[in-house]
Amino acid sequence: MTELITCRDVSLGYEGQSVLEHLDLTIHAGDYLCIVGDNGSGKSTLLRGLLGLLSPLSGTIERAAELQNGAVGYLPQQTKAQRDFPATVMEVVLSGCLNRKGLRIFYSAAEKSAALMNLGKLGILELKDKSYRDLSGGQQQRVLLARALCAADRLLILDEPITGLDPAAAQDLYKTLAYLNEKEGMAIVMVTHDLKAALRSARTVLHIGHRGTFLGSVEDYLASPQGRRFKEEDV
Amino acid sequence: MSIWQMFSFPFMQRALIAGVLVSLCAALLGVSLVLKRYSMIGDGLSHVSFGALAIAVALGVTPLWFSIPVVTVAAFLLLRVADNPRWNSDAAIAAMSASSLAIGILVISRTTGMTTDVDNYMFGSVLAMSRADVLLSAALCAAVLVLFVVFYHKLFAVTFDESFSRATGVKVNRYNSLLAVLTALTIVLGMRMMGAMLISSLVIFPALTAMRLLRSFRGVVVCAAAVSVTCFCAGLTVSFACSTPVGATVVAANLAVFLLSCCAGLLRRGGRA
Repeated sequence: MTELITCRDVSLGYEGQSVLEHLDLTIHAGDYLCIVGDNGSGKSTLLRGLLGLLSPLSGTIERAAELQNGAVGYLPQQTKAQRDFPATVMEVVLSGCLNRKGLRIFYSAAEKSAALMNLGKLGILELKDKSYRDLSGGQQQRVLLARALCAADRLLILDEPITGLDPAAAQDLYKTLAYLNEKEGMAIVMVTHDLKAALRSARTVLHIGHRGTFLGSVEDYLASPQGRRFKEEDV
Repeated sequence: MSIWQMFSFPFMQRALIAGVLVSLCAALLGVSLVLKRYSMIGDGLSHVSFGALAIAVALGVTPLWFSIPVVTVAAFLLLRVADNPRWNSDAAIAAMSASSLAIGILVISRTTGMTTDVDNYMFGSVLAMSRADVLLSAALCAAVLVLFVVFYHKLFAVTFDESFSRATGVKVNRYNSLLAVLTALTIVLGMRMMGAMLISSLVIFPALTAMRLLRSFRGVVVCAAAVSVTCFCAGLTVSFACSTPVGATVVAANLAVFLLSCCAGLLRRGGRA
């Protein structure tokens, strides 16, 4: 399987102070990885490292050639300023094509049709002329997901995607992610608090804790000391 | 006196041309600043430009050549402060505003004394624009328009979502710096006519008004520019006809349009519900 991102003995942190140490992690094409862990354990720091926004203090993070030039589908946490931003859905989704645009001033017809196609894929084509701020939280999240799909076709990185969504919208989002992963072969890396729901669709889990990390399949995770408590809750 | 007679005065022609150009720049930049929650930076910069102007006059150098670099440096500083999570950014900006104002007043009181000049710096004067200012305003306006059109999509992306833009390889800091420098230039050019205390409203009001009325980013940008230029022309005319200070009159015009747009927004929302 193609390796998209390979971390070798990586330590990440700020100003020489490491938050996360000696991590080995490989993300393959088609993976579905859930990153879980306590608050302040370094999940967001790891995401910044994977996105290439933070260089490792030690070790190496290698990226496949197809992920160069920012071809990463990133779904960041929404900011408060964004929720009432005056922009149409199409304007937001098209901005995902920026990394391929270079110095041209206008978007090409191909980019516009890519944006429409991704809107269709997520079932929100009819919203394309609506204003982003008039949408529900779940719809906004879909718009941002469509934008991420415009930026990349191999890897999606999501940061707490269900924050602020009602349970039904969260359920929809997981279904969409599972679809993208299985049918479109999109690799998914997701940081989340919502373990139980996430574990239903994820295949691999990375648990970052103050008492060491765990990396393995969901079954192994549920049997491990860190994951056992979730299994008990499930029963 | 008719409107045509009013613009037969050369100082009114200069005020009109420079004012329209500066209002246009201020409105375009203002949309990004307001949406990025950087409104306070505009306000902080206008205070810094007052201090810089006072020092320039005391040193006997051309105000623009001294103010532009000082305010540009201040713009970078404020941007750093606003983006640094460890700083209490609004407190830092407020402290910087008050300090620049205090320094400006100290310098003025030790040199020329508190004369009508101070009043003019603070609240603007229609006589302030020289031929050189008009030329500089035209150059600045051309620069802002060209940069705005060329980088329109990038500016949109950076305004809407910095984290995403950064992850997809957009040099976010570069665009933020560009925004800060252009804002600094606009404020320095506009402040002698509009007044240091009032210039920031030129940046903020048109964007707020346009956001009430329109739903797309492009619509908001175009509407803000139109509102800004219209309000300036209306304000200048009224100020000439009624002999009111030009800066305050333009701000009042902007306020009136903003209140109208609030009503329009409420009516539309009421109609939809």
